[in-house]
Amino acid sequence: MNFTKLLASAALVAGLATSAVAEKTKVGFVYVGPVGDGGWTYEHDQGRKAVVDAFGDDVETVYVENVPEGPDAERVMTQMALEGADLIFTTSFGYMDQTINVAKKFPNVKFEHATGYKTADNVSVYSARFYEGRAVQGHIAGKMTETNTIGYIASFPIPEVIRGINSAYLHAKKVNPDVDFKIIWVYTWFDPAKEADAANALIEQGADVILQHTDSTAPQAAAQAAGNVISFGQASDMAEYGPFPRVSSIIDNWAPYYIDRTKAVMDGTWTTTNTWDGIGPGMVGIGEISDHVPADVKAEALEMVEKLGSGEYHAFTGPINKQDGSVWLAEGETADDGTLAGMNFYIEGLEGDVPN
Amino acid sequence: MIRLEKRAEPSQLWSLLTPVVAVITTMIAGGLLFAALGKNPFVAIRTIFYDPLFGEFAFYYRPQLLVKGGPLILIAIGLSLGFRAGIWNIGAEGQYIIGALCGAGAGLALYPMESVLIFPLMILCGLLGGMLWAMIPAILKLKFGTNEILVSLMLVYVAEQLLASMSLGLLKNPEGFGFPGSRNLQDYPSAHNAELIAGTGMHWGVLTAFIAVIFAYVLLKKHMLGFNIRLTGEAPRAARFGGVNPNRLILFCMGASGALAGLAGLFEVAGPAGQVSIDFNVGYGFTAIIVAFLGRLHPVGILLAGLLMALTYIGGDIAQSSLSLPSAAIQVFQGMLLFFLLAFDVLTNFRIRLAVKGAA
Repeated sequence: MNFTKLLASAALVAGLATSAVAEKTKVGFVYVGPVGDGGWTYEHDQGRKAVVDAFGDDVETVYVENVPEGPDAERVMTQMALEGADLIFTTSFGYMDQTINVAKKFPNVKFEHATGYKTADNVSVYSARFYEGRAVQGHIAGKMTETNTIGYIASFPIPEVIRGINSAYLHAKKVNPDVDFKIIWVYTWFDPAKEADAANALIEQGADVILQHTDSTAPQAAAQAAGNVISFGQASDMAEYGPFPRVSSIIDNWAPYYIDRTKAVMDGTWTTTNTWDGIGPGMVGIGEISDHVPADVKAEALEMVEKLGSGEYHAFTGPINKQDGSVWLAEGETADDGTLAGMNFYIEGLEGDVPN
Repeated sequence: MIRLEKRAEPSQLWSLLTPVVAVITTMIAGGLLFAALGKNPFVAIRTIFYDPLFGEFAFYYRPQLLVKGGPLILIAIGLSLGFRAGIWNIGAEGQYIIGALCGAGAGLALYPMESVLIFPLMILCGLLGGMLWAMIPAILKLKFGTNEILVSLMLVYVAEQLLASMSLGLLKNPEGFGFPGSRNLQDYPSAHNAELIAGTGMHWGVLTAFIAVIFAYVLLKKHMLGFNIRLTGEAPRAARFGGVNPNRLILFCMGASGALAGLAGLFEVAGPAGQVSIDFNVGYGFTAIIVAFLGRLHPVGILLAGLLMALTYIGGDIAQSSLSLPSAAIQVFQGMLLFFLLAFDVLTNFRIRLAVKGAA
């Protein structure tokens, strides 16, 4: 008997055993960080809790936190599948190949991989259009800056992050033609010390707005210490730093999606999907815009949220040129998802190169 | 009053007993910790130590012990040689990364060519990469008297930056839609460090680790070089009078530990991990330091300690999902192991005397 068969039959036995006891649907979550990170993993865990609240005794959730990307992730997913999970959410890009590997061994278990691009009969992918939130941030930042210098703490030069920079810059520039972006790459998603260093360096260079694409609250604390700098919560609301320096935030709201997909497994209607949702379906939330923002700016920002949500406005609407001056989008043209998904270039006006 | 009195000779008995006592004490203290968190301590300890070995799904976890323990043992064996001679290579994590980069780089450069020579070439590159990275602190120490602890540690961060840069640049998968990370070597048969027998977890890296254990044992027991290593650690002055060349010893110990760490990185990237990615390294190089000491710097001890550490990782993850124990509690538990080991280690060199009040 080969190994795959052995695993599959063990899973079957486990499945039968659990279904004999109760009809509970078991949902597993694999987290890359600690649930208390206040950002990325925290919000995924909020989504898990929402699943518990929604289905009560009909559902059992399990999670493992701080799972490194690589063989450990593969082991943890296998472990969950062996223990009878019906649905497993793997919540980091770096779990992509492992998710596909384990999914092959457990054809009856459904997998949901966040932010990846590989699907299979039992693997769906999902991600959020955070760049819509970045557009709102850019607008507020452009209006609020007095030094015309906006600092941006970037994690890794991947399409997701580059999209965010472009979107924020585009909308800041629209309302403030003199605006200048200073970008620091920290090559980490979560490292409070590095993030604080980057924030302080940007503030020293004259930035009075700090945007971050990293998950800790350290940049918020740095902005608070500086006293005249505003910031935006990332991944999570980070409301504890409001109403100033934190004036708003981009919130990852996975709850509706997690509830939806769990329901689909319960009803037997689950199919492979490729979801990329934004403000409209509620996957991207804009945290409350604090009173530190002038009322008219706030009203404009809220109007933009409304239009992005309804689909009336696309965050990347032409005319937009690439950094080298060549035309990317003509007047009125909007970006297609394919280009956005693989975005690896800056738009016109941004200084420096995308590192590689 | 309790007084510590230095033993004339380190106690053989306590030297063997310390790891066992440390493990038991860790179980007790860990049990109290889990109880304080509202979990049944007996169930928690059983989940961590018993279930992976003999539980319902042991057929899956036992091979995983080898997968997780293999690189720890391989790296720790290399480190133990230097540690015995008082040469402190703390940067195995960096050598592990560079070994993986060089080995995977060699394989990826030849993609999609298929040849039986590719994997041996990758092994060679991984070994050399790790060795050369470890040579930097060794040579700086010889030439300028720098501290190898600091230099080797700092080079870990340099290696991490190189890893990020390679994942995003040179080694990035051209078919990866701009996302970081290399091609998956598991999909490239000539470069894949596959399981030697499917379902056993036994890959070339695990086999190499076992071979390294045997070699280290023979080296330390039977070979002049091994004797010199031990002598330098235990009596540096005597070693110098005895004609041991400390410079050559430094080069050998740093080079060997770097080479083994590099090999571990190569086997990991070509096998279980599959790809060069930004977060490829997960701390094996640092955990191996614990493994080396837990194993009393003895090859057989390291073999057992490596498997024990692997067990706490695997059992820890099971405890997280089945008992909802937070991962921080598992980490504290693992930390306790080293803490108690070092604490009880005092008994090897000292005896406890209950002194009469005032007599001291």
